[in-house]
Amino acid sequence: MSGTPGRIAPKRRPGHRLAAAPAPDRARVSGSRAHAPERTFETPPDDIRIRTRGLTKRYGDLVAVDDLDLDVQAGEIFGLLGQNGAGKTTTILMLLGLTEPTSGEAWVMGLDPTRGPLEVKRRVGYMPDSVGFYGDMSGRENLRYTARLNRIDQSTANATIHEVLTQVGLTDRADDRVDTYSRGMLQRLGIADALVKDPDVLILDEPTTSIDPLGVGEILDLLRGLVQERGLTILLSSHLLNQVQSVCDRIGIFAAGRLIGQGTMADLAARFGDGAGHLEVGLDLVAPAEIERVRALIAAIDGVTAVVRADGPARVWTVAVVSAAEAPRVRTAIFAIVAQHELPLTSIREVVPSLEDIYRRAVAGPAVRRAPETAA
Amino acid sequence: MSAISREPSAPRSVPRSVPRAGWMVIGGKEFGDHLLSARFIVLVIVLGLAAAIPLYFAAAAIRAVASSVTDSQAIFIALFWLAPDVGNGGVTLPSVTGFLAYVAPLLGLAFAFDAINGERADGTLPRLLSQPIHRDDVVNGKFAAGLAVIGIVLVSVVGAIAAFGLIRLGIVPAASEVLRIVLWVLVTFIYVSLWLAFGMLLSVVVRRAATSALIGFGTWLLLTFFGGLIVSLIGGIVAPLTGTAQEQLRSIGIQETLRRLLPDTLYREASLTLLNPQVTSVATPATLGGYQQAQQRIPSLLSLDQSFILVWPQVVGLVALTVACFALAYVTFMRQEVRA
Repeated sequence: MSGTPGRIAPKRRPGHRLAAAPAPDRARVSGSRAHAPERTFETPPDDIRIRTRGLTKRYGDLVAVDDLDLDVQAGEIFGLLGQNGAGKTTTILMLLGLTEPTSGEAWVMGLDPTRGPLEVKRRVGYMPDSVGFYGDMSGRENLRYTARLNRIDQSTANATIHEVLTQVGLTDRADDRVDTYSRGMLQRLGIADALVKDPDVLILDEPTTSIDPLGVGEILDLLRGLVQERGLTILLSSHLLNQVQSVCDRIGIFAAGRLIGQGTMADLAARFGDGAGHLEVGLDLVAPAEIERVRALIAAIDGVTAVVRADGPARVWTVAVVSAAEAPRVRTAIFAIVAQHELPLTSIREVVPSLEDIYRRAVAGPAVRRAPETAA
Repeated sequence: MSAISREPSAPRSVPRSVPRAGWMVIGGKEFGDHLLSARFIVLVIVLGLAAAIPLYFAAAAIRAVASSVTDSQAIFIALFWLAPDVGNGGVTLPSVTGFLAYVAPLLGLAFAFDAINGERADGTLPRLLSQPIHRDDVVNGKFAAGLAVIGIVLVSVVGAIAAFGLIRLGIVPAASEVLRIVLWVLVTFIYVSLWLAFGMLLSVVVRRAATSALIGFGTWLLLTFFGGLIVSLIGGIVAPLTGTAQEQLRSIGIQETLRRLLPDTLYREASLTLLNPQVTSVATPATLGGYQQAQQRIPSLLSLDQSFILVWPQVVGLVALTVACFALAYVTFMRQEVRA
């Protein structure tokens, strides 16, 4: 594996004034940046729906978002991944002009949300974390209110509301009072609410936290469909790794206010993976002596670093390989052993690193590196 | 659904100009909510009762004397300010305006104490602010809705009192009396607005609606019922009623000034002067000579503009307090973080 694992400096565009700035120690750079004179950046090209450069937000001593460089392209689903308090919501609020950044710049649809929040908010649908509605009004009435605030005329609004309610699967309960809704229904209504204004960009803060597993699938399908049909761009934040993995085109990993990596799953796997390959081998062996013999045989293959047999009825063996590139060769060697010794092989497959592995490693990385700084 | 299936980055083809500002949309919704709310109904009943009891006795008192004082031009309006004696024991009930002075603040507080923190508690504030409206539209719209509801309550209660007076007394008010009543309603409106603005301020500053309601009602109790006592206490220490008559008058003047720090006093002085043309002065004379003069003055009726000039400072004071409260709420809200 080439390149340094761990933190990556996001790509900077040529002609961009930041490109000249040294990037090594981000804490120091951003610290001096708070007092730096205002820098001017060129407006990003059309296909970049959301861009931030050096976006920073401090609350007193606490740095909620630290020097964020983010690019979200048109027609993609971008996932912000991070623990609670990692700065996801603060970032979203800055993108909507609901919170002023301490320093740095942001563009949404080519507009500056701090200076022209109205136009940004007209074109961006937002569902906040733990979204709420007026309990004494029905779901439909709540959406009508949103439509009125967006100055959508009534007939257009009614048609749109009907459509979005159908999309999120709430038509049956649309005329019930919202205080009879479950948490999951509120989130569905929240997504419908964000769609009422017919946005170009959808920003969803923890969109699926309270929805049941089956519902989550529906919602994620809906989001995919919206991107395909309407060409929407979606930015969603979540701490649910598998959902992010299943729906997002690109992912940005947040930790302690910093974006420690962004890219596709493959990019992230390449940057944060340890480079090792893994094979899952199903061998239907029960006798301890037999198991030991086979373990020794597999461990003897060149490039295998460890062989672990999972306890329990699954009888799956995990074979760690020194590098992912070596995995196919090791697989062939296992086939040879299986054929030679007539072993009861049930399955064999190469394991791709999950987002969870990547995330764990990515988050652990900077924490380890930062330790000397805090000690000094 | 042409609006939906358009090109994502194409310019808006559908005109989105429903020509209504954000604050009007919010105000309209809040106004509707208020009118349908339980608190609206409860307050109309409370206010109506507060007005009806003294009204009944005042009407009886007026009927008793009305036949003998035909020359007075302002009998009808006495309905509002006359503090009637009840029974023979000489127990005096507060007048209609006195009762309103007690309960009117409730009206203002009730429609504002949860204006902003209620939205926070429901989790609707971030969603509301992410719509294409200015942040101050929220405060402005809610304040406007509160003003509208207060206006409706006041006008209907006063209208009911006037109707009762017409029927029970059989006296048709003179034009000047109607004008006095209109002005008095206006001053009452400002007084209630002050409490509305105060409630709004609480709803911005205090995170929990229940806490802000408690603080609001506590302040109301303190200022309306104990405020006078506290001010007298302070006045007694600062300017005790001792020494010559001249010195005592000076002390009374200081105590009066202190009392005017209470909005309650400002409202009472303004409303009594506006309603009762016989009131020719809101202040105790500052000198002994002035006092004697006041004693010797022939009772006369002030014209409406003279009454108004007399209480102009009180009215300005009330307006200033209202504006100050609202401005504070406004600025605080504009600087607050969306997230709690």
